[in-house]
Amino acid sequence: MPHNDFTIEDLKRILIAGAGADEGVDLDGDILDTDFTDLGYESLALLETCGRIEREFGITLDESLDGVTTPRTLIDLVHAELAAR
Amino acid sequence: MSAPVVVTGIGVAAPNGLGTAEYWAATRAGRSGLGRLTRFDPSGYRSTVAGEVPWFVAEDHLPSRLLPQTDRMTRLALVAADWALADAGVRPADLPAFDMGVITAASSGGFEFGQGELQALWSKGGQHVSAYQSFAWFYAVNSGQVSIRNGMKGPSGVVVSDQAGGLDAIAQARRQIRKGTPLIVSGGVDATLCPWGWVALMASGDLSTADDPSRAYLPFDRAAAGHVPGEGGAILVLESAEAAAARGARVHGAITGYAATFDPRPGSGGEPALRKAIELALADAGTDPGDVDVVFADASGTPALDRVEADALRAVFGRDGVPVTAPKTMTGRLCSGAAPLDVAAALLSMADSVLPPTVGVEPATEYGIDLVTEPRPAAVRTAVVVARGRGGFNSVVVVRAAD
Repeated sequence: MPHNDFTIEDLKRILIAGAGADEGVDLDGDILDTDFTDLGYESLALLETCGRIEREFGITLDESLDGVTTPRTLIDLVHAELAAR
Repeated sequence: MSAPVVVTGIGVAAPNGLGTAEYWAATRAGRSGLGRLTRFDPSGYRSTVAGEVPWFVAEDHLPSRLLPQTDRMTRLALVAADWALADAGVRPADLPAFDMGVITAASSGGFEFGQGELQALWSKGGQHVSAYQSFAWFYAVNSGQVSIRNGMKGPSGVVVSDQAGGLDAIAQARRQIRKGTPLIVSGGVDATLCPWGWVALMASGDLSTADDPSRAYLPFDRAAAGHVPGEGGAILVLESAEAAAARGARVHGAITGYAATFDPRPGSGGEPALRKAIELALADAGTDPGDVDVVFADASGTPALDRVEADALRAVFGRDGVPVTAPKTMTGRLCSGAAPLDVAAALLSMADSVLPPTVGVEPATEYGIDLVTEPRPAAVRTAVVVARGRGGFNSVVVVRAAD
């Protein structure tokens, strides 16, 4: 059952499930505009995270990841895809 | 004369002991880690006995970032590498990144992880396959992950030659040290005790089908009928003797000789090349056969291969000419992890002046080898470690006690 909203809490849950959490990073802090690389997530972690979002929310993100560098840009992209669904 | 290469760190994950101290306490006392498989239900398979590493909880040792991307063999290797570096007194962050490399052996890659992803692929679809499958089941993944975790950017790689690879990796590490890299993390850890890995192992036709763990792996015994596979191995820190001395490191011993040979084509009638490998390794070390205090045997457990090894040992050392032991009777054959673990056992034998036993075996007298079947006190200065890989690989290392 695809959800219709996607929040920072969803993103944190999926990040942790798919790629774990770096010991030196507080995901509960203000991370919306922090680069994924500074949060300890390399490109494969982002790929895994996007795959999990696609599965859970029934959307496709394949072609549109270029500008995604922070949680806010990823959440915005997911919102756009959800709206276009 | 090439520069000496020494072992300064040992990290062990073995079926009869997690950590060097536990492994060695069990091994020198003759305590086996073989048992009926518990990691999956083996009923329905012809072979049911294995050596499983007990009590390993990856979450206790590794950060959560590494767990979704690692197979069990990589988790064991990462932790064994941590222990080996701690044993060596090395803090990688304090050393230049390009002065440290990682060269491990592998024989199959991360099968359990791969099985899970293939199950996801065929039951749910490609979208459900982890992005980390791209490397988690790959041969080179242990070298890569140890390199990344410890910031080691020097010469690195993986050697794949079945069980012989455990020695071939140490030899490759020695080459890189001689070329100028002060420190290489080497050895090998394998772990394929999942249904997919198990059927691959069974396909060799060499697995014991005995259900009694104490009767399933009996190399050099008339009752020998195959071997028991196990998981784990050892990671070793190798350094140039100069670098080790410069930082005042405690030295376990030196890798003084190595050779590898390949058997003649089956049916060609040529002599198996194991004898030559032993002779070449001794020559490389500048050691006479009479100066060898113990041989850690490959100990196939398959009668034809036991005979080849016994013939080679008699030809080089004479009948009953040197104590021979196979502590792997307590762990099973660990693929690429077996020989590095034997190198560790050889070094620990030197420190404690005791030869670990070959357990449960009644040696067949016609082999003419002095098989150590009970712990045996002995001054150990020089040890030979033999490893063979399926398909004709023979590798031999000579280990020498620290002066």
